[in-house]
Amino acid sequence: MGRKLLLEHINVPGINTFQVYKEKGGYRAVEKALKTMSSDDVVEEVKKSGLRGRGGAGFPTGMKWSFLAKPEGVPRYLVCNADESEPGTFKDRYLMTHIPHALIEGMIIGSYALGANTSYIYVRGEMMPQIRILEKAIAEAKAAGYLGKNILGSGYDLEIYVQPGGGAYICGEETALLESLEGKRGNPRIKPPFPAIAGLYGCPTVVNNVESIAATVPIVNEGGEEYAKIGIGRSTGTKLISASGNINQPGVYEIELGLSVEDFIYSDEYCGGIANGKRLKAVVAGGSSVPILPANLILNLANGDKRLMSYESLSEGGFATGTMLGSGGFVVLDEDQCIVRNTWNFSRFYHHESCGQCSPCREGTGWMEKVLHRIEYGHGKMSDIDLLVDVSKKIEGNTICPLGDAAAWPVASAIRHFRDEFEWHVKEPKLALERNYGLAHYADPLKIAEEV
Amino acid sequence: MLRVEEVQSVEFSSALISKFDEIVSRYPEGRSKSALLPILHEVQAVYGWLSSAAMDKVAEYLNIQPIEVYEVATFYTMFFLKPQGKYVLEVCRTGPCCLVGAEKIMDYIGEKLGIKEGEVTADGLFSYRGVECLAACGYAPVLQIGPEYTFYENLTPESVDQLIEGLKNK
Repeated sequence: MGRKLLLEHINVPGINTFQVYKEKGGYRAVEKALKTMSSDDVVEEVKKSGLRGRGGAGFPTGMKWSFLAKPEGVPRYLVCNADESEPGTFKDRYLMTHIPHALIEGMIIGSYALGANTSYIYVRGEMMPQIRILEKAIAEAKAAGYLGKNILGSGYDLEIYVQPGGGAYICGEETALLESLEGKRGNPRIKPPFPAIAGLYGCPTVVNNVESIAATVPIVNEGGEEYAKIGIGRSTGTKLISASGNINQPGVYEIELGLSVEDFIYSDEYCGGIANGKRLKAVVAGGSSVPILPANLILNLANGDKRLMSYESLSEGGFATGTMLGSGGFVVLDEDQCIVRNTWNFSRFYHHESCGQCSPCREGTGWMEKVLHRIEYGHGKMSDIDLLVDVSKKIEGNTICPLGDAAAWPVASAIRHFRDEFEWHVKEPKLALERNYGLAHYADPLKIAEEV
Repeated sequence: MLRVEEVQSVEFSSALISKFDEIVSRYPEGRSKSALLPILHEVQAVYGWLSSAAMDKVAEYLNIQPIEVYEVATFYTMFFLKPQGKYVLEVCRTGPCCLVGAEKIMDYIGEKLGIKEGEVTADGLFSYRGVECLAACGYAPVLQIGPEYTFYENLTPESVDQLIEGLKNK
């Protein structure tokens, strides 16, 4: 059993309330930080912990905090990104639903570390029940003296507010989120300036994911060095993984980074294997934006070693044979799933969610969706496959925000690893409408890396 | 894109206005435009959709141009710009849900209600539409119903039947 830092008390009845959360050791980190540590001490502990952004980018949180500009007389903001919208990812919803005080406690620690007196939690609008839960948790914390003026007699003041989004994936991008929080369309901003210099209302701002903020609680409690002992290499600590698709036990799991992918999929402690006795075909390991990998490559590296659930191991081999940990949205596809259809579905998603600011993304995502649709529905041409690759390459790297890359990678990787399935759809259009291509050779052990 | 049916005039209740005031108090002086999305959610929860008259009234309240409200209302998919059924069944149609049968559930809802996506049933009770990932992939297939966005998980044709019958008799 791996250590649980965030979900240790998930099954305790009433853990969603202030009282039970506190009885289980909650708000100790706030006491420790506000009474015994300076704000710089807190930043230092988070740096030592090696915590990396849990929203997808994996940027070191402590470093992000230390970049925050601190001009005199200008307010600073901590904004929590709870716009969880990456297909395959539902860990933040889980955490906010069941242990809302873990986020509130983390918000107090983070705000104190950054010197913010007003902080916002931007929650996607569809999570209205979670918004109510957080509002209740904030009221409870405030009533107990952990929010408001002069918290615990420390002289530090903090208010936290919850802001609903409006149903736009793009608002998970930090500058689009800030635009939205200012009451505007969620069009990402050109960087620089980075939010650390000019973020919310033009003031220095840090935007962190729900899980990153919650992770600062055990870091303050146990110390950064202790936290860094968990995990493997530069992938320190625990990570919440959202597991979905064709598995026996979908759900949210807290793992110690470094667990093998094989154990994660097949052990009863986690996914419990592939549902209905089927075989594994492919995995999207870090949310829909990351490259899809066939069974052989997700379980093992190209050199035959086991692949691990860590930032480094999942990206081992670059995009030729690797993928990314991303937000930890682990989507499992069994042998009955159609890669072309799944890729078309994701492409439609990105086309729908493109904000329309940059032409390569606005137009390119639509073209990819249309071309994939015609291949899936039996009207594809062989040249369409390379056309897709070509369009994806022209989107990638040519847009203001990473949505363009996120739209391009799933298409490029699906063709890279499953080209024969795309070709089969073109050659056998009638058959492709009747049945799926199946498992083919994707689960076979790798012969030599060059063949991949 | 902006197709709104004419509604003559809208007067917000004093309860709604005081809710707006509370929302505006969350932001620094001079930043009341930040209240726009939360306020539009409140308005939609009362009226079921956002008429141009209602949006104009919001603009007036926040002292911004009506276009600033329209551009936001048209950008975010949660805001309805025409009347909907009393219950809008929003079914997730993105990848992970489709791996476990979301498309069949959506077809089933359409058949059961006898309407197409985006239409309203004759009794005014129901509409449905596909929406993108609702961050509940582990409980797929899922749907949500506003304005409180209650979740219905692990859907089957039987659970859809129960849900719809339950709402009819509510």
